[in-house]
Amino acid sequence: MDRRDFLASIVAAGAASLAACRSPTPSLPPGELLGTSLDIGHRLREQALPAAGETRKVPVLIVGAGVGGLAAGWKLAQAGFADFLLVDLESEAGGNSRAGRNAVSAYPWGAHYLPLPTRESTAVRELLAELGVLRGDVRAARPAYDERHLCATPQERLYLDGRWQEGLLPLTGVGAGERRQYRRFTDTIAAFAQRRDAAGRPAFALPMALSSRDPDLLRLDRVSMRDWLLAQGFDSPQLHWYVNHACRDDYGTASAAVSAWAGIHYFASRSGEAENAASDTVLTAPEGNAWLTSGMLRSIEARVGQRLLTGALAFRVAGGESGSGPLAVDLWLPGEQRTLRVLAEQLIWAAPLFLVPWVFSGHARLKDAARRYSYAPWLIANLTLSQLPEERSGAPLAWDNVLHRGRSLGYVVATHQQMRLWQGATVLTWYRSFDELAPEAARAALRETPREVWAEQILAELEQPHPDIRRISSRIDVFRNAHAMVRPLPGLISSDARALFAADGERLRFAHADVSGLSLFEEAQYRGILAAERTLRRLRVRFASSLA
Amino acid sequence: MKRALLLSVFVIASCGLAYELIAATLASYLLGDSVTQFSTVIGSYLFAMGVGSWLSRYIGQQLIQRFIQVELLVGVLGGFSAALLFFSFTWSPAPFQLLLYLVVFAVGVLVGLEIPLVMRILKRDLAFRDVVSHVLTFDYLGALAVSILFPILLVPHLGLIRSALLFGVLNVGVALWTWWLFREQVPNAGWLRAQGGVALLSLLAAFAAAGELTTLAESQLYADEIVHTESTPYQRIVLTRWKDDLRLHLNNNLQFSSRDEYRYHEALVHPALATLPSARRALVLGGGDGLAVREILKYAQIESVVVVDLDPAMTRLFASAPPLRKLNQDALNSPRVRVINADALQWLEENDESFDFVVVDFPDPSNFSLGKLYSASFYRLLDRHLAANGLAVIQSTSPLYARRSFWCIVTTLESVGLLATPYHALVPSFGEWGFVIAGRRPYRPPQSYAVDTRFLTRETTPALFVFPRDMERVDAEVNRLNNQVLVRYFEQEWRQVIR
Repeated sequence: MDRRDFLASIVAAGAASLAACRSPTPSLPPGELLGTSLDIGHRLREQALPAAGETRKVPVLIVGAGVGGLAAGWKLAQAGFADFLLVDLESEAGGNSRAGRNAVSAYPWGAHYLPLPTRESTAVRELLAELGVLRGDVRAARPAYDERHLCATPQERLYLDGRWQEGLLPLTGVGAGERRQYRRFTDTIAAFAQRRDAAGRPAFALPMALSSRDPDLLRLDRVSMRDWLLAQGFDSPQLHWYVNHACRDDYGTASAAVSAWAGIHYFASRSGEAENAASDTVLTAPEGNAWLTSGMLRSIEARVGQRLLTGALAFRVAGGESGSGPLAVDLWLPGEQRTLRVLAEQLIWAAPLFLVPWVFSGHARLKDAARRYSYAPWLIANLTLSQLPEERSGAPLAWDNVLHRGRSLGYVVATHQQMRLWQGATVLTWYRSFDELAPEAARAALRETPREVWAEQILAELEQPHPDIRRISSRIDVFRNAHAMVRPLPGLISSDARALFAADGERLRFAHADVSGLSLFEEAQYRGILAAERTLRRLRVRFASSLA
Repeated sequence: MKRALLLSVFVIASCGLAYELIAATLASYLLGDSVTQFSTVIGSYLFAMGVGSWLSRYIGQQLIQRFIQVELLVGVLGGFSAALLFFSFTWSPAPFQLLLYLVVFAVGVLVGLEIPLVMRILKRDLAFRDVVSHVLTFDYLGALAVSILFPILLVPHLGLIRSALLFGVLNVGVALWTWWLFREQVPNAGWLRAQGGVALLSLLAAFAAAGELTTLAESQLYADEIVHTESTPYQRIVLTRWKDDLRLHLNNNLQFSSRDEYRYHEALVHPALATLPSARRALVLGGGDGLAVREILKYAQIESVVVVDLDPAMTRLFASAPPLRKLNQDALNSPRVRVINADALQWLEENDESFDFVVVDFPDPSNFSLGKLYSASFYRLLDRHLAANGLAVIQSTSPLYARRSFWCIVTTLESVGLLATPYHALVPSFGEWGFVIAGRRPYRPPQSYAVDTRFLTRETTPALFVFPRDMERVDAEVNRLNNQVLVRYFEQEWRQVIR
């Protein structure tokens, strides 16, 4: 989108919201405006919460039951350690991998796929084996996976110039010069993917902590992905579109703003292979990645019983600086309208790091480091359709469907993995990042825009490839996520701030994808397990490590 | 009079361009490759117009009478051109291209005659430079009008057949109007008027009946008499009859011909079922026509047959229409048969019943949705429903026309641990056709058949399992949901066979 389009879109959105205020468009399908618990979260700023009435002692407290917190709990439970409490502000666990469900299908409210695990993703492989999805040797180069979770063909398609093509790399109307650049880009990425340093570490590993620290690679963190491409002589507009799409899709951030290290990591780190699938196949499910988080939760419950406390806002953390005693964590329980103080011998902070300055008292260095982080907001919509939408010509409906000229990142089809011959009603999960805006401006737009305006924009966009979308949409539910993911801007990956959160502590450890600077399942799980294993070591509990 | 003639130039020019566009569009629809169709049609049309212009020198006298005759001819020929071409294609596609260029050429020649004649008529009243300037202006304006209206209004709202007829009416209208203007000067005015009247009436009648014309043309697509058509949410069911041959088409694909369907269904059922003397429970997936069921019911030991077919309209039709009930020997109404209208995949996932004999008779894997029914995941699901000593038989497209597709099905069955026994039979309506028997124990062909058969015999059965060199096994990948290689093989292979 160029500047003029963007200004026009703002004007259009403004006009639409005015219109919506005056008279809500009657033709829009019904739905709900959902989101992370914004108003509870904002009480953090006001700090007007009452003092604790009850105090409870817990050997290990995990704050945040997203992928990081659940992975930490999973590792503790696996080691037979039951004395922990896992708390989350939301009414259910899962974080960015939560899902919804209606009569038609389950559907994601966030993360929706996992690439085939790399050889370094030992903990991911172990989890998948436990969930019965990876069969045979957990460390095999090419394990077999449950076909129900291997994304069915066709996996991706792109709507370009009024026609769907297979795959996301634009092909229609792309000349020989641009295709040469495609090939050179593929070769460049392949070279990065194969590169090992003197110690045998991959140039770009997943989890990223296992990557090479060679200076020439770390220098990539100083420039943006876009500038790096241009410096390498890549000027093909369609290649730039493709790379920008990838950056927006994974980081909610444009290639001009993403660190080249993070951008190349996206392409060069996903080296997982399978015996029964091509290496670019992903693992997915109707409910997105919720099958992974609910699997971890079930596993914890089966081993050590119920350890989860939902609807609990950690709003004050005191203590934990070196040499002091247990940490005092104040939890506001909105359901009971009271505050609970937990005295934790060990604290695993598995909530986003942007909360640290609002919650921690003392810890000046950590707070400064947390302020270094920037977050991308997202908007996610689930459209319930009474039937499959009408199609323009070209490739048939895929799992991931991207519009070349769309402001969104396209949509995934929740019922894609269903074993059905005849596909009737379905749910489309539509994703929108706000990479064209400063995050603060986007968050303001998220706060103020009514559902009807989003619904209208979504329908107007999807009407291009699917003329009947208005008629067949029976619901449009919209989910706002103001701090959906960390933005890997240049410098973050190699920053001291990130190193500070990644370090081990006496009583306090951080277990969130933010610690890696990349909002990926593998990173969050790695950080969770690493924090759990460090905690177990400190508590002198014996365990077998899940990490390479 | 001058203005009237210039207006008719506008109309004539519109009609001329319209016929050209209609012919090119129709050719693109029916033959594909629109670039070739448009350039060759437009090229021959322009050339024919040149021929017409040149021929105009031979028209000496009776300019007005000749002009009226040309208009009537263009009106009728151009007006009926789309209908004529469409019908000729549905009758026989072979001479279609010849006829197309004949029509294009004839209309082109006549249209080429029009403008020179009008110019010569106008020359009597106007200076030459005014004639050229006025006539060509209106000529190009008419062309502009149609070129804009054609894609926006005419094709979407009227269709090609009606658009052509409409322009035919306009041409005849010009002829009749000219006749009215010059009725004092034209010899044989009455005769000309009668010709015009007939042309106008037949074009109008055809325009009114264009809907039925299209249906008639569609019926020609099937060659035989259509005895039943039905559009369901899932498919278009068309049943045709020619003498005693009943044929079922689903979405324009032939499913069976009553002439030789017994060959297909005997080959599908008996080689496996004749080896299962203790089989009690049978399952038929996708055989809503009841013909496989008819063969299964020949075995007295079979106590129940479950038929799972998605489309209730199919099973209702084959359980109620007398000629079809006769064909399947009323199999679907047998007390031993239970018909379930459900998605076979969903039904298999949600049920635990197991069967001694399973017939998998799905359409060929021509799209990703059907490709699922031939995937490793599907065969694992099938395996769960197979009794310990049970057998399944899978219709597996043609090992001759789609050799890699056929062996891909065999490879896929083997990949889930089933023992696969491929065989084939000749079904004239389809050609050489393939089947695979799958089970957990080695299969041996039957030594004899205890039931009546028209096609299979003890002696000929071993030959079914022999694959001649041109159908021998070839390497193929396992068809998985996450690669759908079978759909890709199938597309490639049938593209070689069907034009």
